[in-house]
Amino acid sequence: MKNILGLFVALLLGVFIILALDTSASFPEFGDIDLTERVSDEYLDGNNIDDVGSANIVTAIVVGYRGFDTLGEVTVLFISALGVALVFGGVPNKQNRLDLKFKPNFMLKTGSKIIFGFILVTSLYIIFHGHLSPGGGFPGGAMIASAILLLYLSDDKFRSNVKGFKLLEGIAGSLFVIIGLLGLVFATYFLQNFLPAGTVGEILSAGIIPIIYVLIGLKVGSEISGIVDNFLTEGESV
Amino acid sequence: MIQYAAIILFVFGIYGLLTNRNIIKMIISLNIMEVGLFIFIISIGFSYDGIAPIITSASGSGLIYVDPLPQALVLTAIVIGVGTTALALAIAKSIHNKYNTFNLDEMEEEL
Repeated sequence: MKNILGLFVALLLGVFIILALDTSASFPEFGDIDLTERVSDEYLDGNNIDDVGSANIVTAIVVGYRGFDTLGEVTVLFISALGVALVFGGVPNKQNRLDLKFKPNFMLKTGSKIIFGFILVTSLYIIFHGHLSPGGGFPGGAMIASAILLLYLSDDKFRSNVKGFKLLEGIAGSLFVIIGLLGLVFATYFLQNFLPAGTVGEILSAGIIPIIYVLIGLKVGSEISGIVDNFLTEGESV
Repeated sequence: MIQYAAIILFVFGIYGLLTNRNIIKMIISLNIMEVGLFIFIISIGFSYDGIAPIITSASGSGLIYVDPLPQALVLTAIVIGVGTTALALAIAKSIHNKYNTFNLDEMEEEL
């Protein structure tokens, strides 16, 4: 009975959403949009691209135009990492990895050591080319955390340097804010690009955008690694 | 057409959230809802002739790009989704430590 009621409510909601969007004149047909009517036309304007200097327009929006929004986003991620640490906290000497249902065999142990470097190098490549190619600080940081997760799964005794991660995270987050404040000093507003934009498409271009994206990558990587560490370790007493 | 698929995913998520009594399944339902929403937001910016909004040496004037703004917003939303999912799973694990079950009904019996 409860399932049928739930199905009814969910279907009703779906029908309402489809009807509301179908009859709305302002909602565009799929694939048939007119960018000149939208704010994105300004982002894709040739002069504005030269001013910002980032070849990847999505990065230009995320870190350049909406940099303050991204600072808030990184803060949300930090708070959730803090919350995970708080929920799992209170256990002294979190030294041991959780007992998993499988024992890592020889292939996993050796393979993970070989593949770890490749994952790390690829993630750093993605982070450093965030303003040129798809990717950037957030996916690259998640890849760093996946490399750490692989080490945890393949080795019973592995324990990452949590203090180092926390230091890295704190330094990266502080530098993000300090670069934003430098914008106030050398230019007029917070997080303004005070470095020369350079040529679009070169690795040293777009002013502060690659610097901030590298900091975001390090911060996201260390935060998600901290979350992974919190999930996979347990105290001695348990 | 893909917008209907996105709405269907969203509806599936709501159905799962309403009918499941298992905390892990509820978190998975939330994530399915999230994915539906992401696909929907991305689809608003799609254009049939558009290319990815990345400037290359070949690009001159007259090229049509897809709308980059929904992609930037979804990038933000994905990261926040990861954060909330991690926090929800952490709370679920601590609930399991206390009650030894993920099921809300069995939890009520223990109370």
